[in-house]
Amino acid sequence: MTAPFGGRGSPSDGTPVDNLVEISDVHYSVGGRSIFSGLDITIPRGRITAIMGPSGTGKTTLLRLMTGQIRPNRGHILVDGQDVSRLSTSELYRLRRRMGMLFQNGALLTDIDVFENVAFPLREHTRLPESIIRNIVLTKLQAVGLRGAWSLYPSELSGGMGRRVALARAMAMDPDLLIYDEPFAGLDPISLGVILRLVKQTNDALGLTSIVVSHDVDEIATIADISYILSAGKVVASGAPMALKDSNSELVRQFMNGLPDGPVAFHYPAPDYREQLLSGDD
Amino acid sequence: MRLVDDLLTSLKNFVSSVGALSIFFVRVLGQVPAALLKPRYVIAQIHNAGALSLVIIMTCGLFVGAVLGLQGYDLLQRFGSEDSLGTAAALGLIKELGPVITALLFAGRAGTALASEIGLMRATDQLSAMEMMAVDPIRRVVAPRFIGGVIAMPLLSAIFISIGIYGVHLVGVQQLGVDPGSFWSQMIASVETGDINEGILKSCVFGVACSLIAVHEGYTAQPTAEGVGRATTRTVVISAVLTLILDFMLTAVML
Repeated sequence: MTAPFGGRGSPSDGTPVDNLVEISDVHYSVGGRSIFSGLDITIPRGRITAIMGPSGTGKTTLLRLMTGQIRPNRGHILVDGQDVSRLSTSELYRLRRRMGMLFQNGALLTDIDVFENVAFPLREHTRLPESIIRNIVLTKLQAVGLRGAWSLYPSELSGGMGRRVALARAMAMDPDLLIYDEPFAGLDPISLGVILRLVKQTNDALGLTSIVVSHDVDEIATIADISYILSAGKVVASGAPMALKDSNSELVRQFMNGLPDGPVAFHYPAPDYREQLLSGDD
Repeated sequence: MRLVDDLLTSLKNFVSSVGALSIFFVRVLGQVPAALLKPRYVIAQIHNAGALSLVIIMTCGLFVGAVLGLQGYDLLQRFGSEDSLGTAAALGLIKELGPVITALLFAGRAGTALASEIGLMRATDQLSAMEMMAVDPIRRVVAPRFIGGVIAMPLLSAIFISIGIYGVHLVGVQQLGVDPGSFWSQMIASVETGDINEGILKSCVFGVACSLIAVHEGYTAQPTAEGVGRATTRTVVISAVLTLILDFMLTAVML
């Protein structure tokens, strides 16, 4: 078994550690387009941190940087004191065993059933007897309310059910850090409420650290302890979600209150509308 | 000048592609021992690549053999040596047609299935999810499929050749009246172990080539519907061309 991340405030190298993830001065560009230019974020241990921002600001890219799926051009990304951009593949895999990630679309393995999907990381990383694996899987499925669906295949699940199974799978190895990428996107109100409650319950009951990437402002405000709003490759605001609604920043207020126009323009840059219609050209 | 630039760019891209494929091949080979430790995944892939290709392989083998019987008989009877039909057909099937046509059919049936399956896993984040669960997709997804293809190809080729010889017999002996004793005895007397080894070696090489191309194209596919479609097409085209080039090279070396 791998050693768990140090507890909240516990010293791992002799000094108190309060932040599980520390991102400092991160620059990242792809295809000549700058995504981040000097990004600084800290994720406190044991809390739910929301990463928000308009579409295309690089929220999912940030998660991929944090988990070492891509490497920054410059800067440091420390997860429990380890710089993920400098880890070897085997070190990165060791670190990832202590992380769980819920993908936007669930990303369940489509050729195996729900039970096997949840059992997948256990079978890959442990030598537990079948009876123990069975009990762990059923416990995780019970937690997300889908114990009865153990024999279904991913193609037989609704979007919300698929995401709940993916959450059960992400929790299977009892990680210390759970990362959610747009967990509420495209869900009906009932499924959304269920997932929202699960995120909160899971974090509080298991003492995890959770990072939720979302632009569902109202939903995330009810569970997050701290929020970061990204725009143009930087953090433009951070703090308690409710406090951000009263921010002085025009951009933050536009985002938090869902205003159609403001610093973030509704229209993609285009030539003059009237001229383009009359010219007959593309 | 523009033509030279284009040629240089194409050459650079080609060398880069060959390099990427070689690195990928080494990565897959590195994970083969670990994949073999979980044989149920490999067995499942032998079933997918092999057993599920049986119908097409057997059907094509029968008709290729039947055509070979017709053409061979027509040719040999001009020299009064139609009794040699068994030998001619067996050597043609064992040394050339069996391995080559099996490889082409494999690329069209199993190769496209492998490429599209892995490509779709990429497009639906299943491979990323595995990486996030600290599971190497090369070990868990690619290597078992590669091994399955490499094992299935010689077996399919042997079945193709057997059914093909039966097709030759069906047409040559049962329809056109070649003496069955001469058909079998000449075949047994003329086909040597070296001929069979040549066929086995070719089918093994084609198995490695076609399986590698299929898993590589799937693994590196763009994660879109168009990307997966393109990977599937490239699998068939590259596998077919590579099979024929390798066939020429192997034949030239072994003759």
